[in-house]
Amino acid sequence: MYWYTAVAALVPLDHLGRYLHWHWLLISVANLAVIAIMVVTFLAALLLPFPGRRRRKENQ
Amino acid sequence: MTKKAFRPDVDAPRWTGGHTPYDIAKEGTIALLVVAILTIALATVFGSPDVPAVTIKRWSNTTPVDFAMTALSELSATSGSALYGAPYNHNAVGQQLGPLQLAKWVGVRIPINAVNDFVINPLESLPNQGALATDLQQWKQASTSQRNGWIADYTKAAAHLSFKSGNVVVTAANAGPVPVLINDLTQMARSGALDQNLVSHSGFYTTDYTLPLLFIADGSYLANLADLQHLKGTQWGMMNETGSYPGQAWLWLYTFWYQVPPFSQSGNADVLVWGFMMALTALLLLIPFIPGLRSIPRWSRVYRLIWSEHYRGLQPASGQGTRPSADRPATSRATGDITRPEA
Amino acid sequence: MSTTEIERQWTTRLRHRVAAKLPPEKLLPDTQPTYVSSWIYVFGVTTLAALVVVIATGCLLAIRGPQWWHESDIGHFVNSLHLWSVEIFFFAMVIHLWGKFFMAAWRGGRALTWMTGVVTFVVSILTAFTGYVSQTNFDSQWISTQAKDGINATGGGAFFNVLNLGQMLMWHIVLLPIGAVALTVLHVLLVRVKGVVPPFASTNEVES
Repeated sequence: MYWYTAVAALVPLDHLGRYLHWHWLLISVANLAVIAIMVVTFLAALLLPFPGRRRRKENQ
Repeated sequence: MTKKAFRPDVDAPRWTGGHTPYDIAKEGTIALLVVAILTIALATVFGSPDVPAVTIKRWSNTTPVDFAMTALSELSATSGSALYGAPYNHNAVGQQLGPLQLAKWVGVRIPINAVNDFVINPLESLPNQGALATDLQQWKQASTSQRNGWIADYTKAAAHLSFKSGNVVVTAANAGPVPVLINDLTQMARSGALDQNLVSHSGFYTTDYTLPLLFIADGSYLANLADLQHLKGTQWGMMNETGSYPGQAWLWLYTFWYQVPPFSQSGNADVLVWGFMMALTALLLLIPFIPGLRSIPRWSRVYRLIWSEHYRGLQPASGQGTRPSADRPATSRATGDITRPEA
Repeated sequence: MSTTEIERQWTTRLRHRVAAKLPPEKLLPDTQPTYVSSWIYVFGVTTLAALVVVIATGCLLAIRGPQWWHESDIGHFVNSLHLWSVEIFFFAMVIHLWGKFFMAAWRGGRALTWMTGVVTFVVSILTAFTGYVSQTNFDSQWISTQAKDGINATGGGAFFNVLNLGQMLMWHIVLLPIGAVALTVLHVLLVRVKGVVPPFASTNEVES
């Protein structure tokens, strides 16, 4: 344990990371999560309806 | 005006449709609040990594043999730093991008002499030298061939180098002053004095850690710690972080090239990947001017999702569309690849 | 002083040019075209908001200096804020980039807007990198000793010494942020001058 683990964080990520290894691909679960959330967010932004359409039509 | 074709990937249609209220100040404020709250939440939950820095003191106390062997590689001028080439010294051509020897052409701008900077000068700074003073004198007055003879003898014996009772133990009868130099540098390192010496060459204040970082990187200790954390170049290390934190995920493409041929098998991998990434960045920068590449968005039709409401409004059946009727013929779902009439 | 003399002044002419190029209603618009209706549009302003938080938390770290966050719980927390705002910044910026690519947002004389965006992205990566090597911990030791090989191989290492903490910290907290903010301001002003790119359409008119 390093001294810095004493610093308050509810779920500190200081433990040794988990990694996925597939042929030449080696990626940390943390990075994979960030990239996956990015792709999901991007798709959600394209697919989810944007609120306030009604009002828009009225303002024409 | 001259006849000019409408280029759908270069020109944009003039917007003659409607407008809707838009509160830019409110939008900005909400975005700032959301990001601030999200930042505080993530920081509170996950914190941030801070693995303490490696010191030469810790390195030489934890793995004294690795330190002594690294010290020997500096004294024999065979370490990574000693044989680096530009910008540190002239001892290698360095990496090449085809015929381009970029590093060599720029020259030696941060001169480093491994033997003197890492071994002889630090030892000379020690007070109360005793026997060491004689050995340093012997080293400095020796010819190159004499030094090489000592080094060769010591290097041969160093295969069985060990560390016992606080001393580097090597049986090398014809190594001249080398055993004392290596042992005393190891003692100096274990006391913490070498850490201090390597940063204080320019005086009291310092912000330059070039020397101690190069020395530490020449050993195996730092790399072994990095290996545990999956930080090595061969482990996609550039985008990884210590612990389980996300790292510089945005470096994924840069990191990727190091893993695959020809880069992964090249001695010039760094400069090749850098050159390649600069070319790719230039492509990204110049997409608006590159035929084919700039058409991908139109071909992909992802824009139909982005502007789905707009295109729904264009459908003849929808009646009250968002565009004037003149702009809304039956072909309105086409994507702008109709040539522009003479203006 | 005659009216014509005033009109010929550099200041007056500059004001007229700025006002013509970017009148207040363009700089701070109160309406937008109806096609601007998708969640993808929020990632530009999210990137801007994250940049504000990144700079604010960076300023907090600057108050007590580069070593503070190792020694204080509050300092470490501020460092955590800085890290996560940077993660959000890149997260939003990359989605913004994807979105603008699929809109072909360079159309209609907006190539410079696209290009300033790409350059801002590159400068941001450099800024983040210099931050990583300025952490004064194991991470910065490892990243700098590895990255030196890449930069040295291009010849750049002779001038941009990643092992020199003072130099990297200055680039991280002075030079690169000035560049990133200046580019961002230019990028946003270009968006305001040119407006948001219209959808691909059947219309044959080129935007004036």
